[in-house]
Amino acid sequence: MSYLPYAVAAWLCLVGLAGVATSRNLIHLAVCLTVTQSSSYVLLLSVGYVKHGKAPIFKGVPLGATAVDPVVQALTLTDVVVSVVVVALILALALDAHRLSGTVDPDEIVDVSG
Amino acid sequence: MALLAPALLGNGALLAWAIAGLPRFGDYRGPYGLVLNRIVVPLRHTTNVVMGTTFDVRGVDTMGEEFILYASVIGVTLLLRDESGARRVERRTWRLRADAVRLVGVVMVGGGLLVGLWLVAFGYITPGGGFPGGVVLSGAILVLYLVGSHCDYSPFRNQHVLDPLEAVGAGGYVVTGLAALVAGMPFLTNLFGFGRTGTLASGGSIGILNGAAGVAVTFAMLLLFAEFLETYVVPLEPEDVGS
Amino acid sequence: MTVASTLVPLQAVVFALVAIGAPLVVLTRDPLRQALVNGIYGVTLVCLFVVLQAPDPALSMLVVSAVAYPLVILAAVARVRGERRRPKETRDE
Repeated sequence: MSYLPYAVAAWLCLVGLAGVATSRNLIHLAVCLTVTQSSSYVLLLSVGYVKHGKAPIFKGVPLGATAVDPVVQALTLTDVVVSVVVVALILALALDAHRLSGTVDPDEIVDVSG
Repeated sequence: MALLAPALLGNGALLAWAIAGLPRFGDYRGPYGLVLNRIVVPLRHTTNVVMGTTFDVRGVDTMGEEFILYASVIGVTLLLRDESGARRVERRTWRLRADAVRLVGVVMVGGGLLVGLWLVAFGYITPGGGFPGGVVLSGAILVLYLVGSHCDYSPFRNQHVLDPLEAVGAGGYVVTGLAALVAGMPFLTNLFGFGRTGTLASGGSIGILNGAAGVAVTFAMLLLFAEFLETYVVPLEPEDVGS
Repeated sequence: MTVASTLVPLQAVVFALVAIGAPLVVLTRDPLRQALVNGIYGVTLVCLFVVLQAPDPALSMLVVSAVAYPLVILAAVARVRGERRRPKETRDE
């Protein structure tokens, strides 16, 4: 039971990748990619958790209190916002592929010599 | 299919063995997190240790992330531009009639702007910061497009206005770091006075970097929204208003 | 659940919710509906981040999954449908 967080992270990564691999629509593929990205956040925050730790904000809290790791939280919070823009870039690629070939199905895009 | 089952079982066994070799959940081994929790508040006077880490201890990583944002927005703009004119811009010929929805929208704009500005301003004291605050601000301006149907709001969609503002945010981060170089210290050293813990005047250059990140994220998101919504946000012609 | 488990029951429940939400997002094939299911999955992730004592990532994820993700996904879907409805000769081929 203490290894459940890591198993959930692995499960999320695999589910997202399975979605990307079997997708018939490029927009559906981009959203499945967000599931894979969320697996990395779950893993980071699970690794940084300290038993009986509180949030690493010390306003009104005495300094010696046990707190969870702030480094992984810093990584996760910038990553969450930046990954939106990266997914938007992938969606723009999908729109461009649709414009050139007329379909968003990755199996049907045969020749894009526009 | 016959190849798949042994491969799956083998990989699954490997994964289970790897997960079981990790430390138990909550058993934090690394010293870095515990050290930071003790030293950031006395050294930098910011009570939000996560923001202190983002903009001071690991400031170079955040600069890299901001430039990922910047490059992705450039990529989206280049991909979605329409150089041949083949994509005709459609006129928005409907307007939001339900007054209740409009009222809620207007309230959301005001509330969103206030919450966004508070998140950015107090980001290094209480949870928040430039990144979520910037997204909230851009969301509030977006709701302005959605509920307003008469005005053009062209400064908020015009790339010639949004591009320099985003550059101010991203470039401001680098300039603050270069200011430390000019003063003879390593890049992105926290130069300015640290102030009193728990007030807005604390943390030195963390506040400036936080503001720069907030500005960069707001205008990057607005550029993104403007690119994606370009076909649909066109003002009404005078003859359509009466319909 | 063993006696020596370090996982509080609340955390176990939220982890289970996240693990159930992910296949639901993947199995929703229509992108329009998937945008909504992704928003709900984002809320379960926010609950997870709060329970793991991480308020900053929780705020970021909340704002992003409520404002930014639905917008870009729906705008992409609307563009694809709009271009499909347009007759072929005005499209650049």
